[in-house]
Amino acid sequence: MIGDYGHEVCYAVNSNGKYTLSPSLGWEAKNVVNDQAWALIAVETERAYRSVKNGELSPIAYHQARHQMDIGLLASYVNMARWRVIRHRKPAVFRRLPERILQKYAMVFGVSIAELQTVPEAFSPESLRHR
Amino acid sequence: MDALIPFPHRQSAHCESGVTSNLLLFHNIACSEALAFGIGEGLFFGYLPFIKINKLPLTTFRCSVGSIFGKVTKRLGVTVGRQKFRSQAKAMAALDEKLDQGIPVGCQTGAYWLPYFPPAFRFHFNMHNLVVIGRDKDEYLISDPVFEDVVRCRRDDLQRARFAQGSLAPKGAMYYLESVPTSPDMAAAVRQGLAAVSKTMLRTPVPFLGTRGIGFLADRLEKWPKKLGEEQALLYLGQLIRMQEEIGTGGGGFRFMYAAFLQEAAELTGIAPLGSLSERMTLVGDTWRRFAVSGARLCKGRAKAGDSYGELAGILRECAQAERGIYADILQLLH
Repeated sequence: MIGDYGHEVCYAVNSNGKYTLSPSLGWEAKNVVNDQAWALIAVETERAYRSVKNGELSPIAYHQARHQMDIGLLASYVNMARWRVIRHRKPAVFRRLPERILQKYAMVFGVSIAELQTVPEAFSPESLRHR
Repeated sequence: MDALIPFPHRQSAHCESGVTSNLLLFHNIACSEALAFGIGEGLFFGYLPFIKINKLPLTTFRCSVGSIFGKVTKRLGVTVGRQKFRSQAKAMAALDEKLDQGIPVGCQTGAYWLPYFPPAFRFHFNMHNLVVIGRDKDEYLISDPVFEDVVRCRRDDLQRARFAQGSLAPKGAMYYLESVPTSPDMAAAVRQGLAAVSKTMLRTPVPFLGTRGIGFLADRLEKWPKKLGEEQALLYLGQLIRMQEEIGTGGGGFRFMYAAFLQEAAELTGIAPLGSLSERMTLVGDTWRRFAVSGARLCKGRAKAGDSYGELAGILRECAQAERGIYADILQLLH
């Protein structure tokens, strides 16, 4: 958690009753809810991953979920209308996309076009946190 | 090294108040983070169920982005330059130009795209403030107030972060101090900050803001399990606790930071009773923390006796009640 990256600081009262900034390594409650948020992202990414594997959606759906984006957010990153992004999530449409369009998505997700067109062999929730 | 400004980097609990405080110190005005937070009217509460973030309702413990910096500079008589951009190239060029002139530049960014952020905190969050203090070839040196030391960030990553999309997109926003008075009237600014916060917290025209908002949240929260089902209710609860405790609030939804401010305010204004209000605010912070602890146990499926939505709502009502008393007393002391 945060401890691997140095510490953050919090306000706490010292023995003289004075407020000071002191290092904090996070605490249980905070870690629980942070884990919960990541578990949710993992569930949604896995759902997208299955849909791609089953041929229901194009790999865009997987990369999108992995980057915690909804359709609206992705649409504004690629600078296209939402309906176009929704269309591009259909495998049949995706297969016929020109490189110019694929390049836009690849840029946003920080992957090559080849990587954009596939999903990994297996899905692991751990892979999400190490981009 | 192409440019490096000798900038007093100090780690702080919250990004915007930290940036404001550090920028002021660069111009020889000593103003702690807590003081900046208080003068800048940072404390707030709002529960806005009709605005959804990641499909979860928005809860905020602070005022809107940019307003701490805006209010502090206004109240201290500092003039500032602010710019937003449509063109990414122009935004980066403008940044370089200021750095070459030896001016540290505050930027609003999307935390998701900053590679030096710990992976666990990389969410789409567009209200992260930092100060760019230098350039070294392809990299920028950044005083990011929530980090211990100065960090480095590649040019294209920073550009991406400055043009993050989504709600409250920064649009390359940058800001810097232009001229600073030699000895600003801190006490007067503190008084303004105190009065403004107390008024907004007590006298909101709508039920979902201020101390009324806390009560409104309590009423809603009590009904979550019935209305949303257990699973969704836990997500709502987790999101709420994250907003309260996640990186940048200094704990207890900024209440501890505000208590620290009240302590400094007592000294600066000479209104001694503010010191005891600081102690009361610390207790409120503790109550918020009790809420987080109990709520987190629910989220983890390890509820103890007393961890239920009804009890949680009760804790929130305690917070609302105690805070109402504090703000009313502040207003009275200022008269």
